[in-house]
Amino acid sequence: MGIENYLQGENYMVTSLTKLVNWSRSNSVWPCTFGLACCALEMIASTLSNFDISRFGSEVFRPSPRQADLLIVSGTLTKKMSVMVKRVYDQMADPKWVIAMGACSSCGGVFQSYAVVQGVDQIIPVDVYIPGCPPRPEAVLAGLMKIQEKIRTEKLDQRPDFTG
Amino acid sequence: MSYKNVIQTIHKKFPEAIVNECENKGQREISLAKNRFYETMRVLQENTDLPYDLLIDILGIDYTPRTPRFDLVYILLSTKDFSRLIVRLKAEEGEEIPSVSSIWHSADWAEREVYDLMGIPFSDHPDLKRILTWKNFEGHPLRKDFPLEGKDFDKPFDPETIEDYT
Amino acid sequence: MAESKKMYLNMGPHHPATHGVLRIELELDGETIVNATPRIGYLHRGIEKLAENRNYQQIIPLTDRLDYASASANNMGYCVTVENLMGTEVPKRAQYLRVIMAELARIMGHHLWIGTHALDIGAMSVVFYAFRDREMIMDINEEIAGYRLTPTFFRIGGVAHDATPKFIQMVRDFVKWFPKGLDGYHKLLTENKIWTTRTMDIGTISAEEAVNYGFTGPSLRGSGVAYDLRKAFPYSSYDDFDFQIPVGDKGDVYDRYLVRMEEFSQSLKIIDQAIENLPEGPVNVDNPWISNPDLDEVQKDISALIRRFMIHVKGPVAPEAEVYQAVEGAKGELGFYLVGDGSEHPYRLKIRSPCFYLASALPRLMVGHMVADAIAIIGSIDVVLGEIDR
Repeated sequence: MGIENYLQGENYMVTSLTKLVNWSRSNSVWPCTFGLACCALEMIASTLSNFDISRFGSEVFRPSPRQADLLIVSGTLTKKMSVMVKRVYDQMADPKWVIAMGACSSCGGVFQSYAVVQGVDQIIPVDVYIPGCPPRPEAVLAGLMKIQEKIRTEKLDQRPDFTG
Repeated sequence: MSYKNVIQTIHKKFPEAIVNECENKGQREISLAKNRFYETMRVLQENTDLPYDLLIDILGIDYTPRTPRFDLVYILLSTKDFSRLIVRLKAEEGEEIPSVSSIWHSADWAEREVYDLMGIPFSDHPDLKRILTWKNFEGHPLRKDFPLEGKDFDKPFDPETIEDYT
Repeated sequence: MAESKKMYLNMGPHHPATHGVLRIELELDGETIVNATPRIGYLHRGIEKLAENRNYQQIIPLTDRLDYASASANNMGYCVTVENLMGTEVPKRAQYLRVIMAELARIMGHHLWIGTHALDIGAMSVVFYAFRDREMIMDINEEIAGYRLTPTFFRIGGVAHDATPKFIQMVRDFVKWFPKGLDGYHKLLTENKIWTTRTMDIGTISAEEAVNYGFTGPSLRGSGVAYDLRKAFPYSSYDDFDFQIPVGDKGDVYDRYLVRMEEFSQSLKIIDQAIENLPEGPVNVDNPWISNPDLDEVQKDISALIRRFMIHVKGPVAPEAEVYQAVEGAKGELGFYLVGDGSEHPYRLKIRSPCFYLASALPRLMVGHMVADAIAIIGSIDVVLGEIDR
């Protein structure tokens, strides 16, 4: 059926461990099921029928932060909720990445008010920002591919969670 | 007209309860005095002519620097003929208003919201605490003297400062 | 007999089945819920305060983000309120276009409800079909307004622009297609043994109690009270259309499910009538203080250019008056209490959110049931946190 039809005898492939690890990490990014506001609906749409995020290795949305690699902060981050977002991020096991989805989580968006945190990067580090209010599902997929690109170029011993 | 009967019943029972009665853009509106407020609201809900059994909403309006400072507006609906009645009450700053949550259950959260955002306290409320903002939030955001962006807007935000109900 | 000990379970605000950031503290005896305390405010963005600092046109995008599952229905409520305050009559064509958009939004909201409600209870396939059909409405939104989820197609005094022929064709196609999709949901759920067992006699509430708790919309109609704003206080030409109000009798989760399922087809009926009888004429009110001049006119005439500039910078001015106007949103009575003070900003805008009162009744609905039923109950009253917290 597949590639094995063309393989004969013992086969070897030479690569660096960094590349192997990054390749496997980048194609199995499991996001955390974590919706905050309007953007969550577009995040849901990107996982379902028409856009199908599983084509990029992210079909397994994990409700538990301990099993997730990627936190998509989808929507307005209020000050009351910021405590929980910080806690969810802290509970995630390394290696972990964060996408700030939409204008609100990137910079506060239209809600420049007393109750809204002006950007999720004030409390947790962000890898990719997706613009839009709310962004289209294609933009979410593009954001995911940016994360994958970033993972593929990482040096393992220079990751922030590397303890040597 | 059954609405007139209700007003007459209130007039008979509590002669000074209704301060003003008018019609605003086709909507019936009455202003109540504070001293017989709770009893009048009970009559509005319990009478058999036209019971206003659905409390749609409660809101406060800050008319500072006017005294009394606040207007409390109760929007009632009767499921008998689907007619609305707006009840208005003037409130001084810091003055306790009798809670109507024992008459309509929907008033429970509505009054908590008014207390939280407008700072009007209610007496005899079962659980009067902040609902939309957090526990150690200072001030009442919908008052006219509260700045839109809060007081620490330009400083970096620290989630450790937020204390929530547990 | 061993002494029973209470267990406390904190559900949310990060929980996949609470439809957003709702948090409920459950007090459990074994698996039975003894007490439930909903905590809200995790999405409180201060929309009412923001509205006091914006002009009337600028508030429309904020209202989109209230009940983001059915954005156009909120636009309808806000625009109708402002027009009532200003005493403006919108042209018939604009009213019909608004009705089409609002009913499409209602179907969109119900799509989200049926998908997540079924997913939470364990029927996974429904959500894929629901979102397939939802994407069709999103495409219609995109065609007419340029945005999928939050179209902001409404303006004070009308709509943004006239309908395109492609839009009309897309709506017709949807009206033709959707009964088949709806039939699919019915086949998957309505007589499904697991579905009926999980939903019948769960979260029952009588009509009197539902009224006392401030229920409106499909949740109230599930208990048997035929209160629908579209019939009781017709706005935006709803009295031109022929449709029924579905009501339940028991008021349990299954009744609320049936009412919403019937609302799908009633909304479809309204859209069909509106698109086939779409009147000719302008789509904006003929009032230089409210509506934008045509772009052609702006390029030729300096006064039209100034007018356009003024409308964008300052916006329409409302008189010193107060008004309460409500519309039937996807979740219930969506009301706006608007106080004008003679300037271009509202003095006070209070949003009456239906979900706020539905969520306040969660303890009443949950107590005595199992934890798994709590999920079914949250799904059945269809809360959207953007609207609860504002």
